Amino acid sequence: MADKATVERLKDLACEARKNILRLCHKGATHIGGDLSMADMMTVLYQYGMKYDPQNPTWKDRDRFILSKGHGAGCLYVTLAMAGYFTMDEVLAKYREPGSPFGEHPSGEIPGVEIATGSLGHGLSICVGLALAARLDGRQNRVFTLMGDGETQEGSVWEAAMAAAHYQLGNLVALVDRNMLSLDGETEKLMKLEPYAEKWQAFGWNVEVIDGHDIAQIVDVFDRLPPPSANQPTIIIGKTVKGKGVPCMENDANWHAGSIDAEFLAQCCAELDAARERERGE
Amino acid sequence: MVAQETFQFFSLVEKMSAREVYGKKMAEIGSKDERIVVLTADLMRSNRTGDFQKAHPERFFNVGIAEQNMMGIAAGLALDGKIPFVSTMATFATMRACEQVRTDICYANLPVRIVATHGGLTTGAGPTHYGQEDLAIMRSLPNMTVIAPGDPNQIGKVVEASIDWEGPMYIRIGRGGEPIVYKEEYKYEIGKAITVKDGNHLALIATGSIVFHALMAAEKLAKEGIQARVIDMHTIKPLDKETVIKAAQETGAIITAEDHTVFGGLGSAVAEVLADEGIACKFKRLGIPDLFAGYGEPEYLYHLYGYDAEGIYAAAKNLLK
Repeated sequence: MADKATVERLKDLACEARKNILRLCHKGATHIGGDLSMADMMTVLYQYGMKYDPQNPTWKDRDRFILSKGHGAGCLYVTLAMAGYFTMDEVLAKYREPGSPFGEHPSGEIPGVEIATGSLGHGLSICVGLALAARLDGRQNRVFTLMGDGETQEGSVWEAAMAAAHYQLGNLVALVDRNMLSLDGETEKLMKLEPYAEKWQAFGWNVEVIDGHDIAQIVDVFDRLPPPSANQPTIIIGKTVKGKGVPCMENDANWHAGSIDAEFLAQCCAELDAARERERGE
Repeated sequence: MVAQETFQFFSLVEKMSAREVYGKKMAEIGSKDERIVVLTADLMRSNRTGDFQKAHPERFFNVGIAEQNMMGIAAGLALDGKIPFVSTMATFATMRACEQVRTDICYANLPVRIVATHGGLTTGAGPTHYGQEDLAIMRSLPNMTVIAPGDPNQIGKVVEASIDWEGPMYIRIGRGGEPIVYKEEYKYEIGKAITVKDGNHLALIATGSIVFHALMAAEKLAKEGIQARVIDMHTIKPLDKETVIKAAQETGAIITAEDHTVFGGLGSAVAEVLADEGIACKFKRLGIPDLFAGYGEPEYLYHLYGYDAEGIYAAAKNLLK
C-alpha cells in the first residue's frame, strides 16, 4: 500500500502539474482535455514510477517513455519540466513559438523526448523495438508508453499488442488514458472499444484497471508491476475524466483542444488550489 | 572518338538472385557486427534471411504479417543503438507502412535499412504486388537514402557500405533472376554513379535491373557507330548530380530508364537536375507509363512498356534523329 506521505507529495505535484498545464493552455492552444485526464498518471510515472536522470537524458539504463498520444504534448512538457529536464519558464516562453521545438506535438529535439510522436498508433510498436533492444543488451530498464483510448482504435496498436505478448516483453508497460472521449465524441458511440480490458487479456497482456485519478491506486499499480524480466507485458487502463480538475471542461468533448484567457486561468488555478486544500483537510 | 568500356560485362545472360546474395551477406556481416538485427514480415523464405536466422536467432524477428508494426519495431531498435535490416516486398514496405517509415524512421533519422524485394514489375504477379511507385515515394522522404543496385551482386556491396552510412536507407532489389552486369571487382560508393560504358553520342542513365538492358542497347547502338555512355545510377537519392551534368554537357542527349513509373523516380530526379541547372539537352524518360501494369514476366512487361534493351535502343535512335 502506498504510504500517505508519498501520496500527499504526489497529489501536490499533480495539482501543480494541472496549473502548469493550464498556464501553457493560456500561452497557446493545447489538447487541454486530454492533458488534464493524463496528468495524474504522468505525475506518478515521472515522480515515482520511472528511473531516469534529467542531467543525463541518454543514460543507457534509463527507463524509456514514449508518449504515443502525441497530442498530449502539453502535459508531457509540464511533466518533463517538473522532472528537471528544463524549466517551466522555458516551456512557457517557447511553446508554439516559430522555430521552437516545443510545438503542438513533441519533437525528438526536446531533452527527455525519445522520439517525435503525434500520428496515433505508432508508439506501442516503437516500444516493442525498445524493449527488444533492452533484452538483447541484457538491460533491466522498462519501456513505458501512454496511449489515448481513442488511439487504440488504430489497427497498428493491435499488431504491436500481439508482438509484445509474443515476445514476452515483461519490460514493456503501456498506460491507457481511458477518458471515453475522442475529438468527435464518445468512443463507445463512435467505434466501440469495450469489452476493453478483456481485449487486452485476450491478446496475452497482464491487465490492470485502475482509477487514473486516484494517486494511491496509481502508486500501488507501479509497486506491483512484474519485474522487467517477467514474460508478459503489462497494460494499465486508467479510467479517467477528460478535462479533470476544471469542472466546466470535465467530460466535454468540446474541450478536446483550445486555449484559455487570463481570467479563466486565474479562476481555474484558484479552484484547483481550493480543491487541494479541501482534500488535505479531509 | 574511342568508346572505352569501363567494365567488361556478361553479354551472355548469366543470372543471379539479389535475394540470395542479400541473405548470404546478412549472415556474414551479422557475425561481425552485433548491432545488426534482421526483421521480416512472414517473408523469411522469400527474403532469404533464413541463414541469418539460423546463425543469430536472438537478433532475428519475424513479426508476422504486420508491416506497420515491423517498421515501428525497427525504429525502436534503431533508437536504442541497433542497425535493423527490414525486409518485405517493395509495395508493402513503401505503402502499407509508409507513415511508419516516414514519421518513425525518417523524421528521427534512424539507421534503419529497408531492403525491399520485388521492386518494379519483377514479380510479374500483378499490380497488388508491383513496386512501381516505391522510388518516388521514398525519394520524397527527408533523410532517406534511396538505392537500387545495378545488378544482383551489387546488393552485397550496398549492405557493406550501409553499415557506416548515416540515417535511413531504402534499398530496392528485384525478385531474382536478373542478369549480372559486373564481372570484375569494382569500387562501390553510395551516392557515386558508375559509368559502366563510356561514350559521347548520348547517355543512358539507368538504375536497378534496367542497367543491364541499357548496356545491351548500347552494344547494339555501338554496332551502328553510336557510342552510348551507360551510367549505373544505383543511388537515386542523394543523386550524383555531377555525373548527370557531365553527361548532359558531354553528350547532349540523355535517356533515363527504370523499372518504375516515369513519375517521380530516376527520370524525374535527372530531369530536376537538368532543369535546376538550366541545361538544355535532348531528353527522354523510359519507364512504366501512367497505368497499373498488367501480368507477365518482367521481360515481357519491360518490352511492352518500352524500357528493355530494344525499347531503349529504339528511343536512342529516335532521340538522335
